Amino acid sequence: MCTTCGCGDTELVPVELHEKILAGNDRTARHNREHFLEAGVLALNLMGSPGAGKTAVLEATARAAAARGWRLGAVSADLATDNDAVRLQKAGIPSRAITTGQACHLDAELVHRSLHDLPWQQTDVFFIENVGNLVCPAIYDLGEAASVVVLSVTEGEDKPLKYPTMFLEADLVLISKCDLIPHLDFDMARLEDALARVMPTPRALKVSARTGEGMDAWVAWIAAKRLELGMVGRVAGLGAALQGPGRGAGR
Amino acid sequence: MHEYSLVEALIGRVEAEARKRGALAVHGLSVRVGELAGVDPELFQTAYDTFRAGTICAQAPLTLRRVPASWTCSRCRAPIPRGEVLRCAACGEPARLDEGSDALTLDAVDLEVP
Repeated sequence: MCTTCGCGDTELVPVELHEKILAGNDRTARHNREHFLEAGVLALNLMGSPGAGKTAVLEATARAAAARGWRLGAVSADLATDNDAVRLQKAGIPSRAITTGQACHLDAELVHRSLHDLPWQQTDVFFIENVGNLVCPAIYDLGEAASVVVLSVTEGEDKPLKYPTMFLEADLVLISKCDLIPHLDFDMARLEDALARVMPTPRALKVSARTGEGMDAWVAWIAAKRLELGMVGRVAGLGAALQGPGRGAGR
Repeated sequence: MHEYSLVEALIGRVEAEARKRGALAVHGLSVRVGELAGVDPELFQTAYDTFRAGTICAQAPLTLRRVPASWTCSRCRAPIPRGEVLRCAACGEPARLDEGSDALTLDAVDLEVP
């Protein structure tokens, strides 16, 4: 009611909110993050263009991790098929597909629901393979401990400048398909310069899923990330001597 | 094209606020879009205009305020020009993104209350 004269007219009230539009997603992401941390599971959000080699990197990661006794898990998002999850499953990574239909990205709720169907608590490293897209997935926090962008050498050195938001929040860039460099006019210095203009502390590793180049460094990065977060299970002990008979204090 | 799902979240939030305050109508809303928010302001506007029909926001124009991205040195606070390497030329420290540069924020709603 109008407070000036009590006439019963309605009033126009400006309400200041100053609230992030994705606040709801961020709340669910925090919830996911707490679950992952409590279970001692390192969750990684893997993003990149369609065809950048996200699934191939994970297949190669499975090979590198098997020798170390790591337990991996994954959910793999795809607009229409479950091809990637099937590939990961074949590579020995227990996986589920998240078919997003028209949605061009994963959100925290989709990830949360998919976790109900997977024994993710029994993993050391859990990959969330996002929809192939260098734009939309960038702004959705999923509750991951770190985000990793896979950028292949065939995509062009200026991609970071064209898609700055994707790279801005990335903890690591995996420069994939490096075995192709001899066949391309690819300039690594140009790519590194582009990354330095969109990431304040750029971190990139050259990898090839085909030859295995760089996989040791990638696996060491994962192990260091687990240590940094106080996850002191099997993954932390890279050397066999460090692997005790049990699961370690962090489990 | 994630602008549609963002607009869905936006309208859901406005509906919740209107319900909470027993509002009869929404007369406008203002949203701030940082240059590095990963949102195309024009697409966002189009998505809003498409999606608001039949919702409490049907008659509420959307005012978008664009915030350019800017960086400063995390130590000496010197501005770091856009497009440059994101490290302070003077002290070598990494740049820090200024507030709002990557924000997508619902700033205010104009509600008609009884």
